[in-house]
Amino acid sequence: MLRSKLTQAACAAVQRTFSTSPKVLATKQLTVRDALNSALDDELARDERVFILGEEVAQYDGAYKVSRGLWKKYGDKRVIDTPITEMGFAGIAVGAAMAGLRPVCEFMTFNFAMQAIDHIINSAAKTFYMSAGAVNVPIVFRGPNGAASGVAAQHSQCYAAWYAHCPGLKVVSPYDSEDARGLLKAAIRDPDPVVVLENELMYGVAFPVDDKVVDKDFVVPIGKAKIMRPGKDITIVAHSKAVETGLLAAAELAKKGIEAEVINLRSIRPLDTATIFASVRKTHHLITIENGWPQHGVGAEICARIMEDQTFFELDAPVWRCCGVDVPMPYAKTLELNALPRVHDVTEAALKVLGGKAGKAVAAAK
Amino acid sequence: MLRSLSRISELPIVVRQLQKSASAAQGGLSKTSTNNNYATEATIEVNRPFKLHRLDEGPATTVKLTKDEALKYYTQMQTIRRIETAAGNLYKEKIIRGFCHLYSGQEACAVGMKAAMRDVDNIISAYRVHGWTYLMGVSPNGVLAELTGVQGGCARGKGGSMHMYSPNFYGGNGIVGAQVPLGAGVGLACKYKGNGGMCLALYGDGAANQGQVFEAYNMAYLWKLPVIFVCENNNYGMGTSSERASCNTDYYTRGDALPGIWVDGMDVLAVRSATEFAINYVNTHGPLVMETNTYRYSGHSMSDPGTSYRTREEIQEVRQKRDPITSFKELCIELGLITADEVKAIDLKVRKEIDEATAFAKSDAELAVSHLWTDVYSNNLEPKLRGPISYNLDHIQERKGVNH
Repeated sequence: MLRSKLTQAACAAVQRTFSTSPKVLATKQLTVRDALNSALDDELARDERVFILGEEVAQYDGAYKVSRGLWKKYGDKRVIDTPITEMGFAGIAVGAAMAGLRPVCEFMTFNFAMQAIDHIINSAAKTFYMSAGAVNVPIVFRGPNGAASGVAAQHSQCYAAWYAHCPGLKVVSPYDSEDARGLLKAAIRDPDPVVVLENELMYGVAFPVDDKVVDKDFVVPIGKAKIMRPGKDITIVAHSKAVETGLLAAAELAKKGIEAEVINLRSIRPLDTATIFASVRKTHHLITIENGWPQHGVGAEICARIMEDQTFFELDAPVWRCCGVDVPMPYAKTLELNALPRVHDVTEAALKVLGGKAGKAVAAAK
Repeated sequence: MLRSLSRISELPIVVRQLQKSASAAQGGLSKTSTNNNYATEATIEVNRPFKLHRLDEGPATTVKLTKDEALKYYTQMQTIRRIETAAGNLYKEKIIRGFCHLYSGQEACAVGMKAAMRDVDNIISAYRVHGWTYLMGVSPNGVLAELTGVQGGCARGKGGSMHMYSPNFYGGNGIVGAQVPLGAGVGLACKYKGNGGMCLALYGDGAANQGQVFEAYNMAYLWKLPVIFVCENNNYGMGTSSERASCNTDYYTRGDALPGIWVDGMDVLAVRSATEFAINYVNTHGPLVMETNTYRYSGHSMSDPGTSYRTREEIQEVRQKRDPITSFKELCIELGLITADEVKAIDLKVRKEIDEATAFAKSDAELAVSHLWTDVYSNNLEPKLRGPISYNLDHIQERKGVNH
């Protein structure tokens, strides 16, 4: 297919632009937790206006130990324990940002940030526009987002779509250590409010990182996706922990001779449609994975974006979404396991989307 | 309504106990004469005593007032009254859209607080902020033009009645109570930067019951933030009287561990004295709550005639007996600080200024449509914003904002 060949050439350039942390250069292993911790440490050291506040961030060393050691190093002024009053401390953080500081407001989890969402949207996101560009609000809201393990419905929800819905906010959602470190540092330096959606289940996972990632000036640009694995047959777009599902699915598909390209969104807003579109122009097939609910979700937005773009005509099959099941998260282990998209769900979706092509690919592989 | 009426009548009759210099020997008041009967400075007892919560000492009850100050406060209060009258008329003419909450009756609160504020101090308030916007340096043109939604408005017409800003003024806020923790955050920034400043966080008796207000009290106290939590108690949260909304209507006591001061919010000098005390207090000890007892003449908003939940007689009684402008004017004339002619001249000047501002607000143009997609982000990373049917709008960056 001519169209396919032309776009492949274009995409080759894109692939080179987005490094995939080549393992040959990797000098050390870094957990996502340490990546976040070192990012906070760097930025506290770099800018006197940066401070952290939240529940248990100081003396307890962080509910998930993300801020471990920082209170000892920077003291009461820079690392502030709050009472369990999300709306109040989020408002205080936003007020401090309006008045020139650079708060990093930690929510123990984003489930609790619903108590404070008014300040995230109405106080932080809208003020720059409402004031006609007079008052910008440089603040970071961060914490674990999405389903953890065995914590049931009120503690297992993805807020990516909620925040990404709102103009005035930037929303990032790191997957690995490079993402976590680079995106958090970029978020703290950004003059606008940034929501950093982490994942508790990833905190303890170590990833190889090369020297540039641990450099104090390393940042990951907000709004740029990363191709984690190049491929020519189908594009898989995911963010946060779902990237792992995507990579595992891609490995399974590879056994069937199908080369899936896995895109790690990194940013939910801005959404890097350029990278997604370029990939689709190459693969002509697309599935999305997210651990959030389907309706009005990140995948739904990607579908809409594709349909409104010329890229729609590059598709050889409908886009398909792999999402969390449309129910509140149950506690029971088996039910919970079935509530999120798993690797076999993704491979099944991929085979469905590829249709007859999947058979051809399998035959070719043999 | 009987209940609220009876409450009003319980208040001490608000007739300033004016004591002319002739009776200064009886204590409480004196003036420094220059020539004839005119004074350049006077000493005055505040009209109604402060009430204190967890404070051994309160604000000074004897205050000094110079002629210049008298002229300034009278001009400021009269300007606010005129701005609000103009706003009410523009609303009735359907030139102001949406929200419009008038401050008429409450002028002494803002003018008294502003009189005590220093350059390093800040203020954030709720949605009744036209007067504060003017006091914080925006011209009447900028205020009225914002209300009519034209480009000469202080937020270029993009904010409207509730969203006006200026240096050290962190805006009106349309979400009842949200400004209170924001104000505590501004106070935190003052303390963090060590600039000696503080923040006034204003809210009404309606917002006083919001949970986040208590969250803000709590943290401000724990962290000793330089914040004055000011409850402007005008007796009604929309149409619900304070007694029907609050289990404790002594708002100055509701900070629990936080000290509090009750002040007559119709007396500009009492408000100034209390605010001076409070500024000094919060910079050394941490936050306190200040309740300014006041009254709004208009309904809650323009859609509220303000008469279904209170009587016309109640409003009339306050206008006649407690009006902050009339009582201050009479005091100043009585003291010889201002002459009747000077009052007239100020009234004329203010009327002219506001008439001109009104004409400007009516005649100025709205922003070009391209401003719809201007300044959404301080650092825009989205090349295209979405119009109604496609991503065809190039985000325009005109301003970066103050925080870089």
